[in-house]
Amino acid sequence: MYMAIFILFAIMSIAGAIMVITLKSPVSSAIALIFVLCCIAGLFALMGALFMAALQVIVYAGAIMVLFLFIIMLLNLKDEILGEDEKKVTRVFGSILGIAFLLEIGFFVRRALTVGSESLMYPVPEQFASIEVISTGLFTKFLFAFEITSVLLLVAIIGAIMLSKGEGKTEY
Amino acid sequence: MATLEHYLILSAILFCIGVFGLLSRRNAVGILMSIELMFNSANINFVAFSKFINPDILTGQIFSVFVIAIAAAEAAVGLAIVVLLYRNFDIVNIDKINFMKW
Repeated sequence: MYMAIFILFAIMSIAGAIMVITLKSPVSSAIALIFVLCCIAGLFALMGALFMAALQVIVYAGAIMVLFLFIIMLLNLKDEILGEDEKKVTRVFGSILGIAFLLEIGFFVRRALTVGSESLMYPVPEQFASIEVISTGLFTKFLFAFEITSVLLLVAIIGAIMLSKGEGKTEY
Repeated sequence: MATLEHYLILSAILFCIGVFGLLSRRNAVGILMSIELMFNSANINFVAFSKFINPDILTGQIFSVFVIAIAAAEAAVGLAIVVLLYRNFDIVNIDKINFMKW
């Protein structure tokens, strides 16, 4: 049953990812990306990481993708602006690099798991991924990284405002 | 029972789809969405390693929280650049935007 649910989510997320990169309209690929994100949230829930699943749906599918859709709707993109012409060179190069990456990662995953497969599997405790454990780690051991992340978000906000403020065309 | 290997292979496939999209898409919004796919495959890896290797300390899940925060920052700045390009040049095709190239 666990395996069947995993395969269902895996196939749905891979199909959605292929739709993200092949569909011409940006709105359709954003919707497909939201679908992929929800499938990945399902995989997180399957692994017992319920907090991560909730965060994925709320922050990723709820906030980041809404920002994407907002920008796409704002820009009113037409075909000639998108310019998705049939560039065969980049497509061939992209598929070569993608397949090479897949073979490389697959090779190392295979080798790593055949070398030390016994030591890799610990029994999962009952309290796995409770919000209490995550937040204790977040606010004690990783407090510095947490604060740095807030500074990073502040810098991103200031950068986005600085980039997009002002009226009309910028002179160069 | 799905093992660590299954999750790693799934995330490798998603990452490679993201790489292909990054290289073959021509509009900037599509490229940003391919990057989001790659972030998500990294997130799957973090959570899977956290569950299967060392479930007592949740370092992997805490790091995937950071990954989501960084993805939000990247999307905000990237989309601001896209809006700027559209406003100045009326185009989001990255092949046409080459005024910094030579």
